[in-house]
Amino acid sequence: MTLTEKIKDPEKEKRKIKSDKKMRDLMTAYYIEAKTPKEQTGKKIAWITSGGPVEPLQVMDIIPVYPENYGAMIGASKMGVELCEKAEQMGYSSDLCSYARADIACATVNGGPIGGLPEPDMLICCNNICGTVLKWYEVQARYYKVPLFILDTPICHTEYNPDMKRYVTTQIQEYIDFLEKICGKRFDYDRMTEVGKLSIQGQRLWQEILDTTMNRPAPMTCFDAFFHLAMIVTLRGTKTAVDFYESLLAEMKERIAQGIGMLPQEKYRLVWDNLPVWYRLRWLSNKFASHSACLVADTYTSGWCSSMQYLDENDFLGSLAEMYTRIFLNTGTDIMADNIVKMVEKYEADGVVFHSNRSCKPYSLGQYDIQRIIQEKIGIPTLMIEADMSDERNFSESQIETRIDAFIEMLK
Amino acid sequence: MERIGIFKQIVSNPYEYARNWKEKTGGKVIGNFCSYTPEEVITAAGALPFRILGSGATISKANAFLQAYSCSLVRGALEDSLEGRLNFLDGTVFPHTCDSIQRLSDIWRMNTNYAFHADLIMPVKLDTESAEQYMTSVIRKFRKDLETGFGIRINDEMLQKAIQTSNQVRASLAKLYEIRKNSPEKIKSSELHAVFKASMVMDRNQLADALRELITFIENQKVAKKPDSKRIVLTGGLCSMPDIYDVIESSNGAVVWDDFCTGSRYFEGRIIEEGDLEKNIAQRYINRIVCPAKHSGIYARGNYLLEKIRENHADGVIFVFLKFCDPHSFDYPYMKEMLEKEGIPSMLFEIEEQASSGGQLQTRCEAFMEML
Ligand code: SF4
Ligand code: SF4
Repeated sequence: MTLTEKIKDPEKEKRKIKSDKKMRDLMTAYYIEAKTPKEQTGKKIAWITSGGPVEPLQVMDIIPVYPENYGAMIGASKMGVELCEKAEQMGYSSDLCSYARADIACATVNGGPIGGLPEPDMLICCNNICGTVLKWYEVQARYYKVPLFILDTPICHTEYNPDMKRYVTTQIQEYIDFLEKICGKRFDYDRMTEVGKLSIQGQRLWQEILDTTMNRPAPMTCFDAFFHLAMIVTLRGTKTAVDFYESLLAEMKERIAQGIGMLPQEKYRLVWDNLPVWYRLRWLSNKFASHSACLVADTYTSGWCSSMQYLDENDFLGSLAEMYTRIFLNTGTDIMADNIVKMVEKYEADGVVFHSNRSCKPYSLGQYDIQRIIQEKIGIPTLMIEADMSDERNFSESQIETRIDAFIEMLK
Repeated sequence: MERIGIFKQIVSNPYEYARNWKEKTGGKVIGNFCSYTPEEVITAAGALPFRILGSGATISKANAFLQAYSCSLVRGALEDSLEGRLNFLDGTVFPHTCDSIQRLSDIWRMNTNYAFHADLIMPVKLDTESAEQYMTSVIRKFRKDLETGFGIRINDEMLQKAIQTSNQVRASLAKLYEIRKNSPEKIKSSELHAVFKASMVMDRNQLADALRELITFIENQKVAKKPDSKRIVLTGGLCSMPDIYDVIESSNGAVVWDDFCTGSRYFEGRIIEEGDLEKNIAQRYINRIVCPAKHSGIYARGNYLLEKIRENHADGVIFVFLKFCDPHSFDYPYMKEMLEKEGIPSMLFEIEEQASSGGQLQTRCEAFMEML
């Protein structure tokens, strides 16, 4: 190790988010518990989709595990291509979602990040994010031979109607019955109230953290949000998440007070749409930073509090159906466009970067319309990047670099 | 064959048929995308249910609305619409199936100008009681929406009559499958497919009569028995694709069954004609074999396939679906594995664009038949 490497650049150090380490430790602890043999923890494991209602699992002391979060880890550790290719050898088309492909392949090999996910005792699939998860969880239900519960949340193109409400509400009860049967114990409704409160608190804090970037300079970017998101996804409804987000929020406020921005210089403020490109986070973040362009907000990480307005704090269980059905990805393209327009206004953004993500059709199809709507309504420049969140084979660096450079020219 | 001629003619230009129908009857034409569209309700409203399969024309305008990674049905349908080829439509119905159709519905609603637009958000799982109830409520709402949309009233008698007609049509189509299975020389699969494609756009009352006549005719004709050929079951989605039937038949294969929504799934299941009619329509969907975008247990489609292979003494299976089709692509590996366990050979044909696939299919098909 050379001397220069040991001496840290104080400017850079100052801008580092101190809570990053805490976050890493907490996630490690979470995965260690999940991977501890069940005989020791006495807890069952449920695999659940990222948009699924995790709170009832917390009530039942079931450890929730997220294959999508794992898909992100696979992407970030650049194992996506290898695993996707393995899935293709198994007969899965290369046009399928790369999270699904990677996870399906990973289950059959001894490996992957953290040595693979702990085996599930049950699968909980909520289709409020896509139809892919239904097929994906069917595959895993056949592979692991464990019970599969499907929470079917009708898409709200233009409305959430009483029929939908009745249907999903009934299913929430079916969900609880399913858990009671598997665990062989009663569902504790008092505990549900507590977990519900923690979930709402966590979501509020997360939104507050995301909102700190309204400040100029922004104390963090969406690349930091991508990292800190794992907490609201995996530990929603726990005190751990609430405590951690409280400290993260405090840190952000402190940075604002001291005028610390994430970028040395913040000339342009941008909004990101769609999932991150996990295997190129660093590259993209540096690329934008080199132009003094700060990605202040994104539609993805805010997705986990996108339907908070439908939650009733005093009747968490009763409002669960609506809150999980009306998340932004389960609505019409025009509603999604409105959401971005509002974000641009709220965060005073100068442009929008769209990730046209081959893996994710419900998120990506319709983006061309959203692009047009933004141009009509606010007339700011937009950029479309063609890529994939975990399958690196769909990323063309030189092409994307040229497009980003040209886009920044338009912002000038 | 003369009796098949009328069907073939419609298939050669379904858009023109709809336009003429409209001119003659003054009725409304309602486009739809899938076999989960309760056609009976549309027929009861005096309108023509018109299944949109895309004309297969080159995509240009649709490229500004849909990424290249969406299937050719979705892109082709939008292209036709943007080009004005579907301007005879008075409305469109999108039953919720796959993610691509879901977004197509939004794009369609925002960029086209038909008077009526309905999203039928059917349940995705079909194996629970609450799903069945919900499905019933979706169909009831659809009936009301049609009533308000077109300022009409659909009474029970009208709906009942439409259900009777569609039951007759289904019985006839099932009969045709039966005839082909027992005496393949009497009707070619490519002809049968033309009948199906026409059935999904034709005036249903006229269709019921035309099918009856066709069956009488076929049953009475004397044709020499054909030499034995390889018996094939098709599985997948025939949303829009080249004529694979000619290819299979010219490679000495005979299609004996399929699980297409433009094939067996279109006629399977009878709707009870009395009582709660919407509930009865829902029940048919619940009992019928699912489309891969729906759930009814984790082995439903695989088991169905094996059952049909046995019933029809098939020699092999051809999987055929469109590139970028998620639901079918996800089901393929496990279904293929189930076949392998039973020692049933299969091949997969993934179709990219309608036009360019013909030659390739021919070569691969011939090789597959040789292997059988
Ligand atoms: S990336 Fe998209 S398609 Fe894949 S699981 Fe997530 S929401 Fe579904
Ligand atoms: S072919 Fe597949 S992807 Fe295309 S519309 Fe049909 S189900 Fe959807």
